[in-house]
Amino acid sequence: MLFKLARQSLWNRRSTAALTLVSLMISVLLLLGIDHLRNQARDSFSQTLSGTDLIVGARSGQLNLLLYAVFRMGNPTNNISWESYQEIAGHPAVAWTVPLSLGDSHRGFRVLGTTTDYFEHYRYGQRHPLRFAEGRAFDDVYDAVLGAQVARELGYTLGREIVVAHGTGSVSFARHEDHPFTVVGILAPTGTPVDRTVHVSLEGIEAIHIGWGDGAPRRGAQPDPEQVRAMDLTPESITAFMVGLNSRAMTFTLQRQINDYRQEPLTAILPGVALTELWQMLAMVENLLYVITFMVLLASLIGMATMLLASMKERQREVAILRAVGASGGYLFWLIELEVLLLALLGVIGGTVLLSIVLWVAQPLLASEFGLFIALNPLQDQTLWIAGGIVALAGVVGLVPAWVGYRRALSDGLNPRL
Amino acid sequence: MDKSARNSVPEPAIALRDVSFGWSRSAPPLLRIESLAIARGERVFLYGPSGSGKTSLLNLLAGVNLPQSGDITLLGEKLNRLSGRKRDRFRARHIGVVFQQFNLIPYLSVLDNVLLAAHFARLPGPESHARARELLAHLGLEDALATRPARTLSVGQQQRVAVARALVAEPEILLADEPTSALDSDTRDAFIELLLASAARNNTTLVFVSHDRALQPHFSRALDVRELVHQGETA
Repeated sequence: MLFKLARQSLWNRRSTAALTLVSLMISVLLLLGIDHLRNQARDSFSQTLSGTDLIVGARSGQLNLLLYAVFRMGNPTNNISWESYQEIAGHPAVAWTVPLSLGDSHRGFRVLGTTTDYFEHYRYGQRHPLRFAEGRAFDDVYDAVLGAQVARELGYTLGREIVVAHGTGSVSFARHEDHPFTVVGILAPTGTPVDRTVHVSLEGIEAIHIGWGDGAPRRGAQPDPEQVRAMDLTPESITAFMVGLNSRAMTFTLQRQINDYRQEPLTAILPGVALTELWQMLAMVENLLYVITFMVLLASLIGMATMLLASMKERQREVAILRAVGASGGYLFWLIELEVLLLALLGVIGGTVLLSIVLWVAQPLLASEFGLFIALNPLQDQTLWIAGGIVALAGVVGLVPAWVGYRRALSDGLNPRL
Repeated sequence: MDKSARNSVPEPAIALRDVSFGWSRSAPPLLRIESLAIARGERVFLYGPSGSGKTSLLNLLAGVNLPQSGDITLLGEKLNRLSGRKRDRFRARHIGVVFQQFNLIPYLSVLDNVLLAAHFARLPGPESHARARELLAHLGLEDALATRPARTLSVGQQQRVAVARALVAEPEILLADEPTSALDSDTRDAFIELLLASAARNNTTLVFVSHDRALQPHFSRALDVRELVHQGETA
């Protein structure tokens, strides 16, 4: 009977109850959604680069190296000589290396000089390899492969000629006009910095800098492309390189050896560890989001309590009737508390369903547009705890109208003034 | 009162002795009744204009409010000695109440409104169902109405459902607080006859409170609240 009363009483006030329910559902959607996205973002962030055991660059902080080598942000402190690179690449523990050469850009997007090994060894997420949406890897000196976002934002298609600017600003006065590159491949979205990168061969980087010195073209005639192709384009130095090992057990040994390298000061970092550390620096933002969501939830719950309190006035008659047939004050208390719990439970269920629908609709969009791969199922072990927490919190907030109902029941008697 | 006395002399359904009632102890009491006794099965017309303390008296008789002093004895049970919970239980089992209007929970069906009283009196389900249907039929409410929400009924029909609700647990005492004031004169007399007949069927003690003296001839005994009640000076 108690349940029937609570249910029918809510149904009787369905317009206000529905609004309260919607606001509850939205806060549940926000809370669970943010929790889900946070988990997904952390997973995907810490897997921006997977399958690579070490990243080696000139001596610097591990964050700095991570930022410029993986996120193409900031600037390298120094370069690594080609000889050092070759020596470490020849180390018996090393399975493969991918050189990275940075320093140029195209309309704000960083240009990365590398080898075709990059497309083979770069892994992200659960060891996803890079995939070509269109075209192929670079082959010629003047071939370029675009990240998904570069192609989308600039509207580039295969066959397009692009000019690389010297330096990394979006506006540059020193441009490698004589050596345009041709787009031969476009990568599928990955949700990693790869999407924002223009990839060319190491030789390409070398070629555009022929006849350059001190960051500006020397006077005099520039060699034409055919002459360039005939030259030895082995670079003197690179910015950093990725290392894959035969055995992961060797990671720390090799890292120590590289950090102690005699010929020049080098730093080797474990990308997974560095990424996790970087994420922890961002935890502030994450917690802030949580606090905001919690506030939204609290506001909805207080809104619900307000709705119930306001309804107590129109329910004075109901209270008098229930008292007359023998309901105790405690019965009224539990009736209102049950209504609160019912609303909260519906809110949690509705919010979860809503979130599933939102994810289901948004997932293909996020995947194709941004390369964000989000798990469809927002339910995890902790989701149940969060849901339980929301209902419990609702119960606590509901104590206010329930207590008022209890007091009313005892003080108003059978004939309240209307 | 001990048990032997209770068995030998038919004790009154309602007995008040030296009762005074007010909202706070410092203020003069709103209500003071030296003595009142209503026998079982009696049908009493309690007359009084508004402001004479009828509502306070009703709350006292129903055990919703407690007197500051004195005893209220219903069916041999001193209400003022019972805990709040026990008084609520006592009310559910032994007292039926009919208000002047809005007796029903509007969103519940007619049948559920009646069963609500049975629920609080802890009557077994099948028995209360049968009794509710029987009462509704007796009060001239056809079966088809039973499942309709109470708010869709006319005022006259609602008042009759209220009587069914008040009587479903077969209470010894029925308190009616101006139950006819919302009815027009044609339906009023019919309603009172129906109420009296229903009360008589169960030998229910009826206390009927009204400001309308025209209803007095229906009752075996009439009391003027003003003569009964010595109100505090401020009220």
